[in-house]
Amino acid sequence: MKTVFARTPSLKDCPTHYCPGCGHGIAHRLVAECIDELDIRERTIGIAPVGCAVLLYDYIDVDCIEVAHGRAPAVATGMKRTNPEKIIFSYQGDGDLASIGAAEILHAGHRGEQLTVIFINNAIFGMTGGQMAPTTTLGQVTATTPRGRTAAEQGYPLQVSEIMALLPGVIYVERTALDGAAGVRKTKKAIKHAFELQVEGAEGLALVEVLSPCPTYWRMPPAKATEWIKTEMTKVFPLGRLKG
Amino acid sequence: MSQRVLMCGNEALAEAAILAGCDAYFGYPITPQNEITAYMSRRMPEEGRVFIQSESELAAISMVFGAAATGKRAMTSSSSPGVSLMQEGISYLAGAELPAVVVNVMRGGPGLGSIAPSQSDYFQATRGGGHGDYRTIVLGPSTVQELVDYMPLAFDLADQYQMTVLVLADGILGQMMEPILFEKRPGRELPPKDWALTGAKGREQNIVRSLWLAEGKLEEQNRKLQAKYDQIQKNEVLCEEYRLEGAEIVVVAYGIAARIVRSAVSRARQEGMPVGLIRPITLWPFPTEQISRAAEQFRLFLTVEMSSGQMVEDVRLAVAGKAPVLLHGRPGGGVPTVDEILDIIKELSVSVKR
Repeated sequence: MKTVFARTPSLKDCPTHYCPGCGHGIAHRLVAECIDELDIRERTIGIAPVGCAVLLYDYIDVDCIEVAHGRAPAVATGMKRTNPEKIIFSYQGDGDLASIGAAEILHAGHRGEQLTVIFINNAIFGMTGGQMAPTTTLGQVTATTPRGRTAAEQGYPLQVSEIMALLPGVIYVERTALDGAAGVRKTKKAIKHAFELQVEGAEGLALVEVLSPCPTYWRMPPAKATEWIKTEMTKVFPLGRLKG
Repeated sequence: MSQRVLMCGNEALAEAAILAGCDAYFGYPITPQNEITAYMSRRMPEEGRVFIQSESELAAISMVFGAAATGKRAMTSSSSPGVSLMQEGISYLAGAELPAVVVNVMRGGPGLGSIAPSQSDYFQATRGGGHGDYRTIVLGPSTVQELVDYMPLAFDLADQYQMTVLVLADGILGQMMEPILFEKRPGRELPPKDWALTGAKGREQNIVRSLWLAEGKLEEQNRKLQAKYDQIQKNEVLCEEYRLEGAEIVVVAYGIAARIVRSAVSRARQEGMPVGLIRPITLWPFPTEQISRAAEQFRLFLTVEMSSGQMVEDVRLAVAGKAPVLLHGRPGGGVPTVDEILDIIKELSVSVKR
């Protein structure tokens, strides 16, 4: 019998703690597959965020560190500058990267740090119970926007990738979505490219923003959540390559 | 460098860190410690090592966290308001048990305070400073030469115990120039950094973490930390005693305040007053035992510090009611003079004679 699909070695053989329909499990697998395909497992260090993916190291079998909320790009900078031969990636949610860690990601990009950043945008704070994120869409109801987000009260959703693409130190920015098989494939291609650039020693930061479903706090079934990415989220966060 | 050189404290400690094998320095400008950052920006690249001016103190300590996790010797420096910002990272360093050296060239507070020298971060330094049950080793040098001598010790202690060592200086020590000698001394034998993140090559994955969710796990981790701190309290106390023979009054002071007190004690002795000095060098672990023993012997204690009275609490805990403990504190950038302290000693000498 021909094997058409198998678990990649850098993905641990265990169930995840993620909710049904969550995008993190898929994103973890894609990261692990890219690490194995590029054969960089033995020189890769992963940085887990504060948020639902804090236990990243329970699923991805590389050296890993857990860091303070939002500080991953600064921690990554400390690692990469002292270990230029290592491959450093941070895996950050939208609360982590776009809210509390806005300064760190901006300045890591600004300095042109040679890093790979996987930015999971699910438009909400998942781990703390579904509060508004900077990326929450207008009208979206969350634990802290019970009447729906309005531009007047909470401002517009923050488009971090567009901001990052403006920086000379950032060499690659792409936004993809885990909204179906085609989206998953495109996401993997983008993640792989973001790693390849670092492997090649390209001078600058590579960022992939992944729109990812959070059925639990969007309060909708998984199938509807992927649909919501397509119909609503992509209006605010258009897909495609923004730079590089 | 086997000859004496004239350097300010900030530059001297930076060079000492380089000699101690500091692989990476990360810092953000703040007065009165800017000479450290400027010196490192020139010298670290010369040595083929890493220098980054970070976007904030939060980022600086996070960069230290990252470099330390890969097994490198990393440091940062700042002054009081900046060190407040670093408390997040220092707590994470404690939780993750990573070695780091942090220099605080203290200035007056609270808030933006002033750029004048102060010792008002003693509480923050010796009580952990950030959230959670933890300690940092705190060294309190009182001369530029000691700043130089304690930098290699700071890195060794950090590596030995996998924790933050805080070098607590102040604006005077940082700015003052003194002739100093850089002497290469043998370092400590240190455990291998087999926990470091270097890529999982030929071994299982290493994880550096401070999150322990399973029931009882965090308590267990905290007990492990406390056991380590107990060892440090037992083995690493440094303290200097000066002119205690025949004394009745003991002044307790550290850092630059101790330097001033030493002159006052020396003059008081010339005038026949029964006074000596105990100078804690490690502020944590505090020389509790030494002061407790002294409390059996001497009649009166006076703490002199450049704050409203912070170390005095540790002195009182050590003396435990066996003798009166008085305070002469100069907060908000005030610096006591030798004459000022001498006058107090004179008054106290009269009162002990009565």
